[in-house]
Amino acid sequence: MDISRRDLFKVGGKLLVLASVGATLEQITGAEPASDAYKMADHWWGMVIDIDTCIGCGNCVRACSTENSVPHGYFRTWVERYQIEEGRQPRVDSPDGAMEGFPISTREGLKSFFVPKLCNQCAASPCVQVCPVGATFVSPDGVVLVDDSYCLGCRYCVQACPYGCRYLHPQKQTVDKCTLCYHRITRGLTTACCENCPTGARLLVDFKNPKDPVHEILRNNKVEVLKPYMATQAKVYYKNLDGAVR
Amino acid sequence: MRRLVRDAGHLIRPALILLAGVAVFLVVRSAIVPKAFGQYGHYRPGALGLVRQRPIAYAGQDTCVLCHDDEAKARAAGKHAHVACEACHGALAQHADDPAAHVPQLPDVANLCRRCHEKDAAKPPAFPQVATAEHSGGVACNQCHQPHNPHL
Repeated sequence: MDISRRDLFKVGGKLLVLASVGATLEQITGAEPASDAYKMADHWWGMVIDIDTCIGCGNCVRACSTENSVPHGYFRTWVERYQIEEGRQPRVDSPDGAMEGFPISTREGLKSFFVPKLCNQCAASPCVQVCPVGATFVSPDGVVLVDDSYCLGCRYCVQACPYGCRYLHPQKQTVDKCTLCYHRITRGLTTACCENCPTGARLLVDFKNPKDPVHEILRNNKVEVLKPYMATQAKVYYKNLDGAVR
Repeated sequence: MRRLVRDAGHLIRPALILLAGVAVFLVVRSAIVPKAFGQYGHYRPGALGLVRQRPIAYAGQDTCVLCHDDEAKARAAGKHAHVACEACHGALAQHADDPAAHVPQLPDVANLCRRCHEKDAAKPPAFPQVATAEHSGGVACNQCHQPHNPHL
C-alpha cells in the first residue's frame, strides 16, 4: 500500500480527534441518578454536634477513614482539643486528626473540650463559587459534593474553604472531601461518623423532615455554626460552642 | 464599484471562517457537554449517581441486631445501650453480606476501652473515666467488666 506523508497526517489527525472525543464522552456521560425511592427534593441534610458530649475518642475519624478509604494523613473529619487558659491564646491540638484519640491532658485547671470538625455543608458555599469547571456543587438535598471526572485538581476550592475541609487526593489528583456519607444517607443509613459515635455527640439531621429531632434541638438549645461571619450558611450546628473555637 | 466588490472578499472570507469556527464550537460543545448538565445547577447530575454508587463499609446497627439478638439484649440493658456494635467491633458490612466468608476479629480490649474511658481533663466530667494504670494495674478491662453491659 502506498500512502504519502500528507495522507498519513490527515488520517492520523482525524483518528486522534475521534479517539479523544470518544474518551471524553465515555468519561463524562457516566451514570445518571438512580430513579428509586429516595427523593432528593424531600431532604435537606445537616448535622448537629454536641460539644459537651464529645469525649475525643476518635471513633468518628477512624470510621470515616474506613468507610471512605481516606488516604493516610488526610482527613474528611477530625477532632480538635482546645485547652484555654484565661487571658492566653487557646492551645489546640489534634494528633493525627485524633485517629487514635488524644494523649492524656496533664495540665489541670484549664478550660478544655473537644471539637469534632467536618465539612459544614454550606448552602452558600465559597468552594462551589470558585470552581471554574462545575466540578463541585451543592446537591438538591444540601450536600456539597465533588465530581471526580470533572475536577481538574486546580485546588481553588481547597483555598476557598474557610474551614480547611478539602484536600487534593494524592492518588486521584482530584479534590476530595466529606460527602456526608452520601452513599449511605441516600440508602437510609446514617453517616459512618454518626453511626460510630459512642456518646451520640454527632447527629445527622434532615431539616426538611418535620419529625426530625433537629427542630426540637434548635428550639431548646444555644447553637452556633463555625465562623458565622463568613456567611456561608453552614448546616453543621454546634451545641454549646465556645467563642474561642475557630 | 468594481473595486469595492473585489475588496469585499477581505471581509467576507474572515467572516465565513469565523462563522465556521463558531459552528464547529457549537457542534463539539453539544457533543461533549452531557445532555442533563445544568438540570439542578452548574454541574453534571450524573455525578450524584457516581457518588451514590460507592460501597458501604459499616452495615449499621439495625443490620447487626437482625442476627445477634442476645448481644443486642444484653447491651440494651446496660450503659452501652447507645453504642453501636461497629463502634467497637469495626466495619462489618462484608460480614453482614456473607457471614461465613468474613469472620470478624475480636476487638483489642487494651486499646479499645482506654480510648473512651481514660481519664482526661477535656472529657465531660459526667462521663465515666478512670486512670487505667491506677484503676486496674494492667489487668484487661474485660476480666472484670462485661463489655456489652459493663457492670461489675
